Amino acid sequence: MTARNLPLIATLVVFIVAYALCAMQFPAMLSLRVVANLLTDNAYLGVAAVGMTFVIISGGIDLSVGSVIAFTGVFLAVVIRAGIDPITAFVLVLIITTLFGAVMGAMIHYLETPPFIVTLAGMFFARGACFLLTTDSIPIDHPTWDFITSLNYRLPGGGRLTLVAMIMLVVFLAGILVAHFTRFGTYVYGMGGNRQSAELMGVPVARTTVAIYALSSGLAGVAGIVFALYTSAGYSLAATGVELDTIAAVVIGGTLLTGGVGTIAGTFVGVLIQGLIQTYIIFDGTLSSWWTKIVIGGLLFAFILLQRGLVHVAARRRAAARMAAA
Amino acid sequence: MSFARSFRLSGTGAPQLATLAVILFANWLVFPEFFDLRMQDGRLFGSLIDVLNRGAPVAILAIGMTLVIATKGVDLSVGAIMAICGAVAATMASDGYSLPVILIAALAVGLVCGLWNGLLVAVLDIQPIIATLILMVTGRGIAQLITEGQIVTFTHQGLIAIAGSSFLGLPMPVVIAVVLGVAAAALVRLTALGLLVESIGVNRTASTYAGVDSRSVLITAYVVSGLCAAVAGIIAASDIRGADANNAGLWLELDAILAVVVGGTSLFGGRFSILLSLVGAMVIQAMNTGILLSGYPPELNLIVKAVVIVVILVVQSPVAGRLTTFFRRR
Amino acid sequence: MTDDRSTAHAATSGAPAGPGDHRSGADDAPLLEIRGLSKSFPGVRALDGVDFRLHAGEVHALLGENGAGKSTLIKVLTGVHARDGGEIRLGGVPIDAADTADAQRLGIGTVYQEVNLLPNLSVADNLYLGREPTRFGLRSARRTAAMARELLAGYGLSIDVTANLGDYSVAVQQIVAIARAVDLSGKVLVLDEPTASLDAGEVQTLFGIVRRLTARGIGVVFVTHFLDQVFALCDRATVLRNGRLVGERRIAELGRLELVTMMLGRELEAAQLHRRRGEGPKGEAFLAFEGFGRHAYVNPFDLEIRPSEVTGVAGLLGSGRTETAKLLFGIKEADAGSATADGAPLRLASPRAAVAAGFAFCPEDRKTEGIVGDLSVRENIMLALQARRGWLNPLSRGESKALADRFIKALDIRTPDAEKPIRLLSGGNQQKALLARWLATEPRFLILDEPTRGIDVGAHAEIIRLIERLCDEGLALLVISSEIDEIVAYSDRVLVLRDRAHVGMIEGADVTVDRIVGAIAAEGPATAAGVPA
Repeated sequence: MTARNLPLIATLVVFIVAYALCAMQFPAMLSLRVVANLLTDNAYLGVAAVGMTFVIISGGIDLSVGSVIAFTGVFLAVVIRAGIDPITAFVLVLIITTLFGAVMGAMIHYLETPPFIVTLAGMFFARGACFLLTTDSIPIDHPTWDFITSLNYRLPGGGRLTLVAMIMLVVFLAGILVAHFTRFGTYVYGMGGNRQSAELMGVPVARTTVAIYALSSGLAGVAGIVFALYTSAGYSLAATGVELDTIAAVVIGGTLLTGGVGTIAGTFVGVLIQGLIQTYIIFDGTLSSWWTKIVIGGLLFAFILLQRGLVHVAARRRAAARMAAA
Repeated sequence: MSFARSFRLSGTGAPQLATLAVILFANWLVFPEFFDLRMQDGRLFGSLIDVLNRGAPVAILAIGMTLVIATKGVDLSVGAIMAICGAVAATMASDGYSLPVILIAALAVGLVCGLWNGLLVAVLDIQPIIATLILMVTGRGIAQLITEGQIVTFTHQGLIAIAGSSFLGLPMPVVIAVVLGVAAAALVRLTALGLLVESIGVNRTASTYAGVDSRSVLITAYVVSGLCAAVAGIIAASDIRGADANNAGLWLELDAILAVVVGGTSLFGGRFSILLSLVGAMVIQAMNTGILLSGYPPELNLIVKAVVIVVILVVQSPVAGRLTTFFRRR
Repeated sequence: MTDDRSTAHAATSGAPAGPGDHRSGADDAPLLEIRGLSKSFPGVRALDGVDFRLHAGEVHALLGENGAGKSTLIKVLTGVHARDGGEIRLGGVPIDAADTADAQRLGIGTVYQEVNLLPNLSVADNLYLGREPTRFGLRSARRTAAMARELLAGYGLSIDVTANLGDYSVAVQQIVAIARAVDLSGKVLVLDEPTASLDAGEVQTLFGIVRRLTARGIGVVFVTHFLDQVFALCDRATVLRNGRLVGERRIAELGRLELVTMMLGRELEAAQLHRRRGEGPKGEAFLAFEGFGRHAYVNPFDLEIRPSEVTGVAGLLGSGRTETAKLLFGIKEADAGSATADGAPLRLASPRAAVAAGFAFCPEDRKTEGIVGDLSVRENIMLALQARRGWLNPLSRGESKALADRFIKALDIRTPDAEKPIRLLSGGNQQKALLARWLATEPRFLILDEPTRGIDVGAHAEIIRLIERLCDEGLALLVISSEIDEIVAYSDRVLVLRDRAHVGMIEGADVTVDRIVGAIAAEGPATAAGVPA
């Protein structure tokens, strides 16, 4: 029980200790304004990480999210420039990205191929599709767009909870709901726990696999919209390597890379930890941005090691139980 | 069955060579001067030479990647290792170290990176994708740390010569790729390394029970991959006369994996051929060049690669195997 | 989570009937009737015209050694495999389950030893996966939990059903699996080795639950290799061997010795296998194991190995035969006792270390632990020798070819050529190639685990002759087999195992089928040193 929650607890402890240390050095980091900015700056990452959490809990991986985010931004910029209403564009792009994920899921299931290679092809394809639409960075300029980006909720203390931050929070809440309160959620955990057992117990594995990757790509589409709202532009080289950041956020958030165990809430903390590192580096002013990657890589290693250790301990305990039998 | 297997190793590599020939022929169709070569300053020039030269870094990465994939693993970190080693070489070059020192240092760094991956996979028993992901995430940060975030440039003639000079009329990177490829192929086939790698890739349990030292073989595979990435990183740095921590080797790990798969080595481990992986790398580069020459936007490249992966997946998938078996029985 | 401790023994009460209380005679119409069931896999006839009858309210033991056909029977019954021939009737109606879900709908539920549930989900989710009560499309965790609590209360289990299944002991998981299977199907419950990982108290709890179920009229098929449990729980037993029905008996009328004889068989005894050895020790022992064992694996044992001697290992499935072999070969490292070779201490920490000491091991599971399927016969034969030489010291192509050809000829391995992938060979030829792999290393001590399992009669006799020949040439062998006649034919002495402990060594003229079967069937503490006379 405690071993199972240990990664999540460790994540929380890391976050709280890190935040406390940051706050001791820079008391200003405690302000709501900083917190609100942290949410806004990492909104697209958070949204994509929710989808990635489902994928990883099911025992898979999705390398295409960064490319899908970029594609979404470029698509929006191009069609809005062509005169299509932003809301219509949002609906269109979400349909496209969701279908895209569904196709990848179907290939993973029916071709019995490792998710990493299928989503790798997806990554190439989505990035190539961006480049085909345009290679320039296109600014998005539309009255509706300006209205949407101006939406925010003023927090006490001068901070603003922007629309994109709110979208992320809503996606996280919806993710928690789906993960823990729907059949689909149970199926995802079940497949990650033991795909064969899940199938024997009647989990519709084909349908669930397709749905998981459709959800991940669909949420990458939402993340792309968030990213476009955040930058007000579409650029085909945007969001490179975001798939790695999301995977790191999910793992640091306590989700087992081997599947079956993890929480959406943990991923939220994982995203916050990444944001905190960046915020700290900005506050410090002398540290360089590359420390973010190194620290995240270090945390990734530490958490993978922790997971390995836990799996080891669990196996030991099972052997000990068997000993009692013999 | 036979169709599904035909893209895997057939021993002769006929499907790979045929694919390369078809693509080269297509290139010739869209660009009749494709095979034209001319000699200038003791060096050959022409589209074909371009294909070889541009394809060299991926070909070199594919050498190590072939061994890793044959053990049923994958090394996602080679692009990042390229960036690190390129950063080391460029920084040392701008500091004026001599060429041998630079090369030894960069190769040593590649070796350490490979050793790290190998230890995670073989000793800590972490899945290869996950184990190498760590360095993939961290590597570019480390490279930036080395270059202190700058794009380091250098005028070190020795280092520049690595990508810029030629041997027997061929660009040096091509010579390096061929020499390394042949040397690696000789290493695995003249020693028993190749057999042990294949044996572990097919059945690690049975191999261990037969007394094979699986751990050191696995570590060796990742070390070779790290060394190959170091060589590719040095060439990339020499080529641009500097180090770009952000972009050096970006996505090349994926090209290398693709080259190995096109070369017929299964992602599920086992039989492998380094020389056919080199052919695979050339297939990929010939496609790139062909798209450029035919006037299509170079961006189409990524989509073509995606399609190639999908086609290979379909052909290699168990479903296709069952289908062809089914139809043959009819 | 420790709730299971307090509840583990809660379910023993209320058992309505004990063993020997036959609620259903053979004259009643059976609940489940299987007739002439046949099933073949490439190269193996797994079931050959097998009959099986199960009555409502009885516990029916399905017995047999590895390869007897028990698991195939169950898999055909529960829709995992399609049958080739025969008929299955449930309640008089012919059935043909397309898959496990279909079998469940028809009324047949199965619980395996390795609980096929999801340890990372809660107990309640495991019970109601795919059929949870929902409200407005959302799962109602509270109602699911309430239903789960109520269901488990019927099994005398009151645990926190919202905790993960994996947090509970195997015993509790087993009960949850049974509750799910019965709730889903409700006519026939198949228990496949359910007690293999349970302690004595937990076994009693399980028996209590089984008795409650039979009192409700459910028919239980009980697969086990613990004979005590057969006599304690079951009403009748059906014994299979080599895919054929040996017989069906009422437990009350069945003796222990008769049962073991049925399981192990002795038809071959009259055939050409004749005992040719047994003249006492040959030469000095060069290997000695003292107090050698591993916690939760094999109890500590003493063993000496001499050249030109075949040590047979007999015992039922699960008695620790394979475990002993893996311990000796360093696959599992011993945590107790010592090993010495020629008087010098020997550390067997890995197969590599064992190979270096001149050991060799042909595992029982050829496919996953023996052959390297995609590699050629030649490469498989050279593998162990090459591994010992190290990769820097390769056998040349010519040397390996000569080696392979020599063994292909010497052992009569039937393959068109040495370059054929080994997975395409028949089981017997794969086994011979594995033997060749080890003989190429010129070992001093060869361990064979079920060397004749799953291979045809001709190859069978060849391998037995080979064992005798190798022994004559001075090799020390340890041979594990379920075929007692076979063991008697080639062994100088026979090590008998029961419940993961070495319970005796039968030597010299005492090596007879009767003595061995008697020793295996004997009751009493497994730690007893000698063999009961």
